[in-house]
Amino acid sequence: MLFDKFKPMAEFQAELAARDVVPFGAVTEEIISATEGVVSGRRVILAGTNNYLGLSFDARCISAAQEAAGKWGTGTTGSRLANGSFEEHQALERELAAFYGVGHAISFTTGYAATMGMTATLAGPGEVILLDADSHASIYAGVQLSGAEIIRFRHSDPEDLAKRLRRLGDRAENTLIIVEGIYSMLGDVAPLREIAAVKREYGGCLLVDEAHSMGVLGDHGRGAAEAAGVEQDVDFIAGTFSKSLGATGGYCVSQHPELETIRYCIRSYIFTASSSPSVVASTRRALQILQEEPGLRQRLWENATRLYEGLQGLGLPVGPSPSPVVAVVLEDRSQAINCWNALMSAGIYVNLVVPPASPSTNFLLRNSVSAAHSTAQIDTMIAAYAGLLEDGLIRAR
Amino acid sequence: MTQYQQYLEFMLSALEARAGAGVTLSETTRLVADIGLSSLEVMEFVEKIEDHFDISIPLNILPDINTLGDLARKLQEVDS
Repeated sequence: MLFDKFKPMAEFQAELAARDVVPFGAVTEEIISATEGVVSGRRVILAGTNNYLGLSFDARCISAAQEAAGKWGTGTTGSRLANGSFEEHQALERELAAFYGVGHAISFTTGYAATMGMTATLAGPGEVILLDADSHASIYAGVQLSGAEIIRFRHSDPEDLAKRLRRLGDRAENTLIIVEGIYSMLGDVAPLREIAAVKREYGGCLLVDEAHSMGVLGDHGRGAAEAAGVEQDVDFIAGTFSKSLGATGGYCVSQHPELETIRYCIRSYIFTASSSPSVVASTRRALQILQEEPGLRQRLWENATRLYEGLQGLGLPVGPSPSPVVAVVLEDRSQAINCWNALMSAGIYVNLVVPPASPSTNFLLRNSVSAAHSTAQIDTMIAAYAGLLEDGLIRAR
Repeated sequence: MTQYQQYLEFMLSALEARAGAGVTLSETTRLVADIGLSSLEVMEFVEKIEDHFDISIPLNILPDINTLGDLARKLQEVDS
């Protein structure tokens, strides 16, 4: 029976329903600000929204979106290759390229379409893809479509990458290496300086997914490659508009003029409707704000460090270093569900992450910090975790 | 000893502890159905083989693997 394979998921759903919790698909009934909302009937601090700069509720971005909807309508009703290329899309691509200091940019309808599309297209049959083991699901989906030989290397392990490139011999030249800037689940930063050095030694093309690091890292907010000083070694940077830029959509930028040809070969770009003009307009405005207001990044890191050190100070098992993604690692599913439920009761919405979305067999209470969080909100989040300890739902390590 | 036997022998010893007392390992043992490896454990097992034989195992081959014998045969092909 086709449906048999869904039984384990159905059992998990039943377990959640029996506890009256819906961590997957909790409904937001009202957004009060970038950091507060009403979720499943409770007023909560939003601490699991990836809204790193807090721009989803910025008046200037909202106004830009409203104006564009009035001028261009609500949707493009077509692909970029048909009727769906508006001046707004081209302007966004020019501005993205200028932001990164490269010649070429493509915008996509979603971040998933961007990374999936690029990784499905850049390497093909007879060529090799070397990807970090903890890569995002969109990357795994893309490489499976590519027809290339797919080899994983150990997470953030440049030596393992080098070993595998060495094994490839002459084929290393035709290899696409894929890493992320900040990994989305534990918030750890890739060792890009070392990875770029390996690429220089063995050859190949390097693609960095900066979905969680754009607007977060680097003196200008361009991401982990900028922070590591290796932008010249990166052939393709992919990313999303749905985190620091507070909208939806994705992009790829490159110094290679071939990107303008590759554009016409990416199925997730060709066979889907382009982004709505209102989304593109708010993204353009957010990109401008990101560049004009570096103080947002500073505020984000102050908040991130405060939360990380607060949870670490409680003795909770958090990730390796301060980051706008602060994950508390748990080993037991039932415990994770109880903790998520208790945090909701305490007025904190975080993400509950279960395998295989987590990078191991662990369960995560994943917090994402925003520049828009107040110090008091961060302290409320820390106090809620202290409550989990007091109630015996979680133990300090 | 053939390459196939070398791969198989290594796999049998690497999985001995994980399989437990109730499972007798052989080339017909199924990685998931008999030993109960999770997807994460499968990848850790693959890494052990890669390290031991200094090879890289493409993910593309994994969907066709059911038994230890399947994997040993596939690795023989990849290595050649």
